[in-house]
Formats: sequence, structure tokens, C-alpha cells
Amino acid sequence: MSSTTLNKTPLHDWHLQSGAFMTDFGGWHLPVRYQSDKIEHQAVRETVGLFDVSHMGELLVEGTRAVDLLQYTTCNDISKIPVGAARYNALTTPEGGAWDDLLVYRLAEERYLLVVNAANQDRDFNWLQEQNSQFGASLHNVGSNYALLALQGPLAADVLESISDLSVRDLRYYRFLEGELLGCPVLLSRTGYTASDGFELYLSPQHAETIWTKLLEAGVSFGIKPCGLSARDSLRLEGGLHLYGHELDQDISLYEAGLDWIIKPEKGDFVGKEALLRSRENPQRRLVGFQMQEFGIPRHGFPVLNQEEQTVGSVTSGLLSPTLNTPIGMAYVPTELSKIGSTFLVQVRKRRLAAAVVALPFYHISRST
Amino acid sequence: MSQTPSDLKYTREHEWIRLDGNQAEIGITFHAQKSLGDIVYVELPSVGDELEAGEEFGTIESVKAVSSLFSPMSGKVTDINSELADRPETINEDCYDEGWLIRVALSEPDEQDNLLDDEEYDQFVLEETD
Repeated sequence: MSSTTLNKTPLHDWHLQSGAFMTDFGGWHLPVRYQSDKIEHQAVRETVGLFDVSHMGELLVEGTRAVDLLQYTTCNDISKIPVGAARYNALTTPEGGAWDDLLVYRLAEERYLLVVNAANQDRDFNWLQEQNSQFGASLHNVGSNYALLALQGPLAADVLESISDLSVRDLRYYRFLEGELLGCPVLLSRTGYTASDGFELYLSPQHAETIWTKLLEAGVSFGIKPCGLSARDSLRLEGGLHLYGHELDQDISLYEAGLDWIIKPEKGDFVGKEALLRSRENPQRRLVGFQMQEFGIPRHGFPVLNQEEQTVGSVTSGLLSPTLNTPIGMAYVPTELSKIGSTFLVQVRKRRLAAAVVALPFYHISRST
Repeated sequence: MSQTPSDLKYTREHEWIRLDGNQAEIGITFHAQKSLGDIVYVELPSVGDELEAGEEFGTIESVKAVSSLFSPMSGKVTDINSELADRPETINEDCYDEGWLIRVALSEPDEQDNLLDDEEYDQFVLEETD
């Protein structure tokens, strides 16, 4: 696809001027890296990095029936989210798969912001609109109202404190506040997709470049780096976080994906509930994290074989972990091979190499908040 | 400004080849290493292996991606860059010299007529990335 027909974030010109290597991601022209994948990855683990993730979609659901629509179309319990908090969730298919995974922010008693994957946002919106015929909530696709910046890393709070009076350090994980940053209205949440501490900033597109530039300036003394999609992917994989189209899809059971912690059948009826209960009774396969025991880098789509050398599964994501300096991956394998310590083979091109199941996440931070 | 040396030949798979009589040195282009990003692993053939033009002779992996290596011309591998096992990032730092991959004794020198020169390669990259 020609880059001229792709969607562009408000920071597109900045990315081009910085010499970023760009790619087509879900219909958007986005930076893969500015200089080095490894340096950007390392910044987020050790100091701080800044991502433009304005491609993410936003849907607003409001009104007295908002909670009913969301309870019915997602698997997590919307009613348990306090105002001022966000929760991870999934839009379920009738078969127990996911149309998408998303964050749900409860902005007010009857007002929810859904943050969805760029490539899925139109399908999500259409699906919600269809389901909404029986609820009548107010539903709006508001993606173009928001730029989204992710400031991630152990020094993210220091950078924000250096340019604002917002009480960012006291903000708890998966909570948000609304305020002003350098005179620009912003929704600031302690969330991210990197398995490092950090914040996500929702703001008006017209303020995106100002805030982006100011954060980079303020971050210089903290070692900040602008970061691209490559670092975003390697960071999330170390954190054992799912990527739609890899670990999640419409034909992958959310239960098999290991997301039992967001599946709340006790909340009442919702799309895909019966299928998910069946999948819990009798799971065919499970998502696992694994480490290679023989050197080779596992990649999306590589076959997984049992000790009898029969193909029994497949790798969903894999790389040479920049933090751990060892090849890691996630894969769907039969339930009997999913216990920690189980071993199987990964077909890395012409070679079949031994791998062992390890606990997820590969990389874990301790949170004090 | 072109990063493409004029004394080399190129393939549409983004390899370069430095010809010296029947001897040749092979690597990947600046554009190739840039689109791959930080290179973390290279799989090369063994000295003595016979390669045919267009044959896959190895793999190059970055943090983000995997790419196959294709031989621009036919011949026998006479040397591999063993430094790359410990320092694959050399390819990012100096893809046209220190970051060479293999050396080959060519068996079909006429095959060079199928390769691109620097200007043709630059044009190809422009068209491919547009």
C-alpha cells in the first residue's frame, strides 16, 4: 500500500523529520524505530521512553444503558470498575473468541471510554452498534478526537513531575486522573503495554506535538528516547502481554489464551459465555511462554512438535529477548504440554530445537503502587 | 543522498556483491540492514558449500524480523565472516565492508549481467518502498 493512502497520527511529520523508519501497521503509517530497537527497548527498561500510539482507536459509550451494552458484549465485569479506573477486557465473539482486546476507562458513572486496536476499530464499532439495538446506549467512534502518547519506564514519573504539578507519583496502577499538562487538557493513566512502570496520556490531536516535544525536552536529563513499534513489541512480549492477531483472534478461545482472569461468568449473560464455559471444561490447547533450550529464534507461525515429532501447535510470537538476552516465545500447545517445565520442539526453518515451558511473564517488575 | 557504493552490484533481494575476477564478496545493503533494524543473529553456510544463483544461503535476524539471504551468483563458498557470530551488529555499523557475509569462488561469472548497478538498485528501492 502506498504510504500516501495510510492514516497518519498528528506526529507523522515529526516522525519523518526525525528520520524514523516507518511502516504500515493496521492501516497507519507509524515509526518502527528512530535509531535502534535495542536502545529504545533498553530505555524503557532502565530510564524512560516515549511512544506515539495515537493510532489506537477510542469508542465512547454513554447513558443509562451503557453498562448493560458493555456487560453483554465483553467478558469482564464492567460494574466493578470504579470511576477513575481502567480495566483490561475483551469484546467476545459468540464462539468465545475475541473481536478485540481493549481497555475500558470509567470516566463517569454512566460514561465509558473503550481503547481498541487500530486495525479492529471499525469492526468493533459496527459489532457494538449491532448489539446496541437491544440496549440503546449512546455509542460514538471518537478516535479522531484523541492523540495517545505512552511515557514508559522507571523514570516516567520523574519526567512528568518535572513539567507539571499533577500528583502523578501517587496515581495507582490502572487509575487515571484528568487535568492540565502545560495548559493542555489531558487524561493521564498509569497504564502501558511494556511491563515497565509508566503512563498513557490522552489528549487533543492539536496539542500532541507540543506535549510530545516538551516531554522529550524534559526527558533529556533522564535519558529519554522516542520509541517505535519494534520496541513496543519486544517489551510487551517480555511482559507476556497478548497481541491481537498473534495470541488473540476471533477463533482463539479467551480461556485458552490464558485470560481466565478477565472472564467473569458470574456477572450474568454475555456474548460467548456458553462457549467459554465449555472451553474451560475441556480446553484443547493453552497459550504458554517458552524458552529455547537449543539456540534458535522462534518466530510467529513456526510449528511446535511433540517428542514424537508430530506438529501439535504453533508459535504466536518470539524473539531474542533484549533484556534477558535469550530466545523466548509464546505458543499454543496441547493442554498436556502446557505445564511449566514441559518440553517440546520448535521447527526453526530446517532444524527442530528443544524448548521448555516457563512461567509468564518473562520479565516482571515489582510495583509499589 | 545515495548510500549505495558505485563499485558493487546488487540484487532485488537487497544483497550486494563485490567482484574481483572470479572471486566475490557478498553482503546485505544499507537499505536492507536499515529495514531489519538491530541485527542479532546470522546463520551462514559452511566453507566448501556450493551455491547456485538465487539459492538461499543463510538467514539474518533482527530484534523484529527474519530475512533469508539469497546468493547473487553461483559458486563455492571460500570464506565466511566468523566475526559476525559474536558481533552481528557489525552489519548495522558497516554493511559494505566489515559487515560482509561470505566470499565465493564464482563458477558462472557471466551471471553478473543479471545484477543491478547502484543506480538501478536505488531506483528499485524507491519503487519498492513507495
